[in-house]
Amino acid sequence: MLLLTAGFLFLYWLANHYAFRDIEGFQPPAGIDARTFAGAFVFGLAMFATLFLGVVLAVFLTLGAVRGDAERGLLQPLIVRPVGRPTLLLARWLGAIGVCTPYVVAVYVAAMLITGLTGHWWPDHKVVPALELAGGVALVAALSLLGSVFLTATANGIAIFMVFGAGLVAGLLGQIGHTLSSHTLERAAKIASWIVPFEALYQDALREITANTTGLTGFLLQLGPFGGANTGGTGVRLWACGYLVLVGVLAAVGFSRRDL
Amino acid sequence: MSAALAVRGLVKRYGAVEALAGVDLEVGDGELVGLLGPNGAGKSTLVKIACGLVRPTQGTAEIRGARAGSLEARRRLGYLAELFRFPGWYSADELLVLHQRLSGSLGGQTERTELLELVGLAEARDRRVEEMSKGMQQRLGIAQALVGEAPLLLLDEPTSALDPVGRRTVRLLLEELRRRGTSVLLNSHLLSEIELVCDRVVILLRGAVVAEGSPAELGRARGVEIETDEGTRLYEGAVREDVPELVAALVAAGRAVYGVRVLTSTLEETYLEAVGGETS
Repeated sequence: MLLLTAGFLFLYWLANHYAFRDIEGFQPPAGIDARTFAGAFVFGLAMFATLFLGVVLAVFLTLGAVRGDAERGLLQPLIVRPVGRPTLLLARWLGAIGVCTPYVVAVYVAAMLITGLTGHWWPDHKVVPALELAGGVALVAALSLLGSVFLTATANGIAIFMVFGAGLVAGLLGQIGHTLSSHTLERAAKIASWIVPFEALYQDALREITANTTGLTGFLLQLGPFGGANTGGTGVRLWACGYLVLVGVLAAVGFSRRDL
Repeated sequence: MSAALAVRGLVKRYGAVEALAGVDLEVGDGELVGLLGPNGAGKSTLVKIACGLVRPTQGTAEIRGARAGSLEARRRLGYLAELFRFPGWYSADELLVLHQRLSGSLGGQTERTELLELVGLAEARDRRVEEMSKGMQQRLGIAQALVGEAPLLLLDEPTSALDPVGRRTVRLLLEELRRRGTSVLLNSHLLSEIELVCDRVVILLRGAVVAEGSPAELGRARGVEIETDEGTRLYEGAVREDVPELVAALVAAGRAVYGVRVLTSTLEETYLEAVGGETS
């Protein structure tokens, strides 16, 4: 994982190097700041990759936490000990996010440093997007734990990646709806974001990195796939917290009633 | 005081399949009870309900008066699952530390050393689980079940992966546990093992108890065989107490008696009779 991440960051540095070198001689249309545009676009791409890597890590750490481990006989010796099942589940989630969220923050910071030092562009807000990406991964880990109560490891892995993919597609549809002024698409994307708030957190993180970018540059960034959606702000963050509690309660109740 | 394990009218259904059909069972303090039955008879389901892994459809299971599955009940039992696995990266000692922490045991290093010695793994305390043979893992499983000196042990096929020496180690261990007053419910297919160590045997068939008693009670008298100068005679229905009278009668009739054998059915025969030859 570390080697692959190092490989990704090296390739990301190469992309930044060539992108910012090439825009040196590029004359953008009036009103567009080419450096901001390139920096935000490339860094948005890195944020997507960071989220994806974090989600892969979170899913593989949790996809067989209950049913998978029970089928392999790993869970039974632990369950009969005087520790509540919800406690074991919480411990698994904390263990997973204890690995995933520092990883996500580290990759985010590394990508930000690469873009900042190579292209001299820095995100408008630096901390909140990192926390939102980490929060998104923590939500996926919780969903994966919930799925592991009911599904086999393979089925759960497939289901979570499909939900993750559906969330991303919904976000892109929202962008397209925004570009085309299609209220139906925008509404559908907004509903999807509330159903799977990790996507809303990701979109909000993208919005945060260009929160202070205005004018034509800001407008164009809003149109792109890494420009940030309209759904965002405190409401989404509060809902994500509530959603996390809801998923946790459902997983705990399901686990408590499960025969092993 | 409540029984170490008390099961009343226990029913468990998995959809249309009835795994347990109203089982009553008690394991007294310091008693070693063997659970026998063909595959699918409901033995593992019964043990799993007792340790809270499975919820009963009807009936109750209590451990020293506490509902099976409750935290209080789980504090009072040790369990070895039929199919279990430990994370490969743990050493034997680390695994026992984990279970000491989970069970709240204060035994520390002394308890771990004693347990590893009891199961013959003292030399392997720093060996990783993934480097152990199946038999060693099985013995480590028994050691983890003993962590915390729980008053009730539920052992589901504890000798299934052991060689004859390993089985003997477990048999001696069970005898040691009996000396210490630990109650044990032993689920095993090895009739000879159960016959040797258990105070009482319970035979399950299709989720119901079909025979119960001490190995001696279950091994019924089949008659007395007497070897004389006229050949061997079988006195069907005769018991040990009839031997002096039978021998005296033969001697009085002028027969020379060379040998006497009281015939009883073995646990295996009783078992086969009880389950009617069913295997699963």
